[in-house]
Amino acid sequence: MIRDLHNKLVNQDITSEQLTSDYFSNIEKRDPEIKAYLSLNKEFALDKARAVDKKIKNGEEIDLLAGIPCSIKDVICTEGITTTAGSKVLGDYNPPYDATVISRLKANDAVILGKTNQDEFAMGSSTENSAYQTTKNPIDLERVPGGSSGGSAAAVAADMCVYSIGSDTGGSIRQPASFCGIVGFKPTYGAVSRYGLIAMASSFDQIGPLAKSVGDAAIIFSRITEKDRRDSTSMPLVDKRYENLLSGEVKKIKIGVPKEYFEGKGLDERVRKLIEEAMEKYEKLGAEIVDVSLPSGEYALATYYVIMPSEVSSNLARFDGIRFGQSIEKESDGKDLLLKDIYFKSRAKYLGKEVKRRIMLGTYALSAGYYDQYYLKAQKVRALIKKEFEEVFKKVDLILGPTAPTPAFKIGEKTENPLQMYLSDIYTVTANIVGLPAISIPCGTIEEDGKNLPVGVQLAGKWFDEETLLNAAYAFETN
Amino acid sequence: MLSKSEVQKIANLARIEITDEEAEKYSKELSDILGFVEKLNEADTVGIEPIAHITGARNVTREDRIIDYSEETKNGIINNFPEKKDRFDKVKTVF
Repeated sequence: MIRDLHNKLVNQDITSEQLTSDYFSNIEKRDPEIKAYLSLNKEFALDKARAVDKKIKNGEEIDLLAGIPCSIKDVICTEGITTTAGSKVLGDYNPPYDATVISRLKANDAVILGKTNQDEFAMGSSTENSAYQTTKNPIDLERVPGGSSGGSAAAVAADMCVYSIGSDTGGSIRQPASFCGIVGFKPTYGAVSRYGLIAMASSFDQIGPLAKSVGDAAIIFSRITEKDRRDSTSMPLVDKRYENLLSGEVKKIKIGVPKEYFEGKGLDERVRKLIEEAMEKYEKLGAEIVDVSLPSGEYALATYYVIMPSEVSSNLARFDGIRFGQSIEKESDGKDLLLKDIYFKSRAKYLGKEVKRRIMLGTYALSAGYYDQYYLKAQKVRALIKKEFEEVFKKVDLILGPTAPTPAFKIGEKTENPLQMYLSDIYTVTANIVGLPAISIPCGTIEEDGKNLPVGVQLAGKWFDEETLLNAAYAFETN
Repeated sequence: MLSKSEVQKIANLARIEITDEEAEKYSKELSDILGFVEKLNEADTVGIEPIAHITGARNVTREDRIIDYSEETKNGIINNFPEKKDRFDKVKTVF
């Protein structure tokens, strides 16, 4: 889609200003009921669009992303534009700097329409944990769009932007992509700089695109991947234009299917059928399907729910009402409060339920006497899981499975049971635990309540082998 | 099962004020999740080293020097202070 629009822009069939206005019109029409956006930047976006139009008129060469309207998950810092991370505590936070990924997009003349809704600090699987609004799934307004990048997925699915930039800590790009019928891509840990991404769990967090097609995801990824001195965990990648490497050829590619993925009782039978059809399609395209085993996978979710909250408890200590964000200090005039009262009361008032739950869980896991039992044990199991993946990747190029055990669930269905909500991440967390690149691509729909609910198939690749992964996803999409 | 007083102790460590009612709710919710992660004890990790960094990155160092930012950026940081006096972040007394 990006390439088509780019060609139209370059051939002057359309202008970026017109394209941008059209997207804003669609947002005005559809977003009052979908509620994907937290804020819009009309003036800023149109200025950028006009600047791109000028470049085209002057015959200057422009990038594929130039003049193309996109949206950004609100957990990514944008200079001078309110960045809330879906939390009340950052209700009036104006970042004094751009995240590296935003600098990259701006350098390529991307048009940023606005910031999208999410679960507070990206903690959730349905976007119901946003402190501001619940985003609806564009395919069925009674259902969740998934999460935590639910606003981004809904905005892409409802044509309220061409693509969106999200973040994925345990499945937050892939699961909403699956629920909304689009492509969601989480690159290898370290492939995209996290500088300016408001941290949730630093050893899992990764930025990536939500898009209409694999080709689009490849274009976006090629422009945001880099080694950044401001993120010491970012890794050098070979400078590639991945969009030019998509041949759609998967002959001789070996795709492993872990038998454990199909043993769990939580997998919807209809989802299982669609995943099996996806396997057949790959076989027809000449790929070899190989049975593999990842026995330690059953510990993945438990590992995640120890390490993630531990990192959360540390990362979110910064929201103390002192340096930025909402603070009880503002309403404390005349009251006899001490510094520690500001901490206790600001955090109590401005952090949401799920956020507090995870901070407390992590604080407990890291507290004296429990560290070995929880955190250290989980880091060992993490090593064990990684070892198994390394073994499997000696035999196969890719691993295939469902993205989520079910299609989109109803709004309110899981809010009262945190553990039940956590289980919707069961197929996605392992990629974060071991740092692999993984992508969710639409593989069919399930009819329910007269609506065709999308289902995604997930492919995971070897560390930093985005090329094989994107190419196989492209083959699936174009055949 | 985490008791209410244990929950209060954790909340104190986490610097979050919670009510008695909340303590009761957290005691159930946190116990449920802790019960779930107990599963980790079944995993045999004898001789397994805990993971340090997932993609194998080593310590990354940089020169320790001051990087000056623009007035605009500095003001942006200062404007985010909840309370300020001149260009200083104003806080309550510790004692």
